[in-house]
Amino acid sequence: MAEAGTADTHGADAHDAAHGHHAQSFLSKYIFSTDHKMIAMQYMFTGIVMALIGGYMSYAFRMQLAFPGESVPGYGVVSQGEYNSLVTNHGTIMIFWVAMPMLIAAFGNYLIPLMIGADDMVFPRINRLSYQIFLISAIILVVSFFVPGGGFGGAWTAYPPLSASAEYNLTPLGATFWLVAVALEFVAFLLGGINFITTLMNARAPGMKMHDIPMVLWMIVIASILFMASVGPLIAGAVMLFMDQVVGTGYFDPDRGGDPILWQHLFWFFGHPEVYVVLLPAMGIVAEIICTFARKKLFNYKLILYTAFATGIISFFVWAHHQFVAGIDPRMANVFTITTLIISVPIAEMLFLYIATLYGGSIRLTTPMLWALSFIAEFLIGGITGIFLGASGSDIYFHDTYFVLAHFHYTFFPIAIIGFFAGITYWFPKMFGRMMDEKLGKIHFWGTIIAFNFIFIPLFILGAAGQHRRIYNFQNFPDLAGMQDLRVIATSALLVMLVFQVIFLFNFAYSLFKGKPAGKNPWKANTLEWTADSPPPHGNWPELPNCYRGPYEYSVPGREDDYWPQDVPPDTAPAE
Amino acid sequence: MIQGIYDFIKGIFAPLGDYLIGSFVPVGSSFAGDIDALIALVAVFVGFWALLAYAAFFFLIFRFRERDGQRAQYVTGEEKDLKRWITYPHAAIILCDVVIVFMAIMVWYDIKQRLPEADSTVRIVSQQWAWNFVHPGPDNELDTEDDINTFNEMHVQEGTTYHYELLSKDVLHDFSVPVFRLKQDAIPGRVMKGWFKPTQAGEYDIQCAEMCGIGHGIMGARIIVETPEEHAAWMSQGSAGKLASR
Repeated sequence: MAEAGTADTHGADAHDAAHGHHAQSFLSKYIFSTDHKMIAMQYMFTGIVMALIGGYMSYAFRMQLAFPGESVPGYGVVSQGEYNSLVTNHGTIMIFWVAMPMLIAAFGNYLIPLMIGADDMVFPRINRLSYQIFLISAIILVVSFFVPGGGFGGAWTAYPPLSASAEYNLTPLGATFWLVAVALEFVAFLLGGINFITTLMNARAPGMKMHDIPMVLWMIVIASILFMASVGPLIAGAVMLFMDQVVGTGYFDPDRGGDPILWQHLFWFFGHPEVYVVLLPAMGIVAEIICTFARKKLFNYKLILYTAFATGIISFFVWAHHQFVAGIDPRMANVFTITTLIISVPIAEMLFLYIATLYGGSIRLTTPMLWALSFIAEFLIGGITGIFLGASGSDIYFHDTYFVLAHFHYTFFPIAIIGFFAGITYWFPKMFGRMMDEKLGKIHFWGTIIAFNFIFIPLFILGAAGQHRRIYNFQNFPDLAGMQDLRVIATSALLVMLVFQVIFLFNFAYSLFKGKPAGKNPWKANTLEWTADSPPPHGNWPELPNCYRGPYEYSVPGREDDYWPQDVPPDTAPAE
Repeated sequence: MIQGIYDFIKGIFAPLGDYLIGSFVPVGSSFAGDIDALIALVAVFVGFWALLAYAAFFFLIFRFRERDGQRAQYVTGEEKDLKRWITYPHAAIILCDVVIVFMAIMVWYDIKQRLPEADSTVRIVSQQWAWNFVHPGPDNELDTEDDINTFNEMHVQEGTTYHYELLSKDVLHDFSVPVFRLKQDAIPGRVMKGWFKPTQAGEYDIQCAEMCGIGHGIMGARIIVETPEEHAAWMSQGSAGKLASR
């Protein structure tokens, strides 16, 4: 697919020559490229492949839950051990190999240089290294399924002692492969994050002040900062867990003075900021799209930026709400209930600001806009159901039930899937020079969104009825054996949703070759990437643009056009 | 005073809690109703905000959809009269958060932080992938000859306050009784202490709520809540059986 993705870059070759490049071989152009756009494509297509794998896993285990013990078409009978490793790796893949590469790495790499008017990242070779490490980590994870003993099945949180000892988890190789893959993935994103932050701070077009930076870039950079600041403890934890698994140390083994709870702290100290690491880029994508299609300035840019920073900072103080009943000092639960509810304030405010942006607009319900609006609608449910879990008292009941599961799918699905679809349908014309089909796009949108709600609303109900997670057959529990109808509804809805993704893949492939040519700025948007050719050549612009104003100067009174691109010099008579 | 405020607010939301959660899962312990009421309170508060946000969201999309010849307005969001649409809800959300925090902490304190006087103590030992229960027997003391050990079946008496000692032989497990609204991780090398007071006779599920390996999906047990007479009968039978087998 990567070849197809840049089929139109022949024009770029001539341009490259002008920059003193030689004609590139296939390998140096597609595989060992240092071009930020190519690296973004690599991340994106790897992410799509991993999403298909993760989706296939959810198909297998949801079928097992709806029709326990029966052979799943295209998979076979799901054994207990396989079930555990399917749910474990579904979670791991969707967060670390889908949400992160698609939202941060793909859009970050693609957009940062283009939106700040630079010809590439500041460290192109580090960028290439970042993807190569990421690819290796993905391969190791996929391989972990086929090693003797099977894939790791100790949940994506990998709590020791289960994860630390093959005697307990029975997957001696799977557990270690899983851990190594995750640790390498962190390394890849650390390298990528350094690049994002440095590039945004140092390579902006002349005239682009801090508050002229498009919101999506701020969000990606704040996310990168959060990731860098939170991942250290977990990498240390991963090394300790690796030593426990392989060398036989006892960091997490209580019999030898270790403490299994320590891992939980290290994991969630990273794990909670991680939610915002993927949330913020998705919020950023949504901001760009809403402004473009409402023809409106972002409602109070600075306040949105501050709420993003506030959320990021507070997210470092909430991790133990995952551990209320894990055996921490019960008094700590009070502290973390307070911090968790505090974080609801900036996030709620951010959502209000997005909704307020619609006020006074001229809203066009294009496919990207539908995705962006549905992000707000669906994420809102994810946000409010989090309050039940952040409040220690009610978490005693909801902890580790399907309520939690439905809650975080209402956050991560909007983030990873809706955020990606919003971004790809919006920037597809820029990436490939052609428009996606609107009609197919809308069919895909409605099919996906409606099915999504039918998957997870039944799971909220099951969670409220006390059904716990990661159980491969609820028929073993007399109180839960009923309500099978709800499980069948959820699984059927999942099948519908997966089928609708075929429409997207078809639309993507078809539009790549047969889509209407897009031109430079099909959406009449302001930000700098729309002033480059579609797709932009290596080096992005023959001459790098200047920046004269903020990114959201839509519908400025007294101007003929309802948009005012950032690179257009001010009118000769000072505008006022 | 604080307790009075708590009881007052709980009283308002208890019927709704009984409906929201109680209609799925019996209210089986002294504190189950408290948790249900808290859930109801949170549901009402966040439901209010969600409805408000959805109303504004869909209204704005409808009201400001594209119309011929009508341009969007130029609004920065920094105008005072517009900004208050954000700052007032902001303040109101903080207020709601304060109430939720207060109620959550009161419930939490009662269930997890304090340890009321117990009538009896049971020991729960989890392992891959089963539950062992040690009941104190007729003398009501653990670690004596008449202790009754059971496997995947726990017997308790209605209306009695129990302390539990929760242990694990191998990995993390979690003792979860949905009808009691009780959940506690078991950690190898530690004894987790807590309490519960069953209020409704019957037979219910115990689930392991922490991933504990391949058999996690079958690590269930039953808790049998008995009336005092039934419990006494079970106890004499159990200890007699034990003596006989000796």
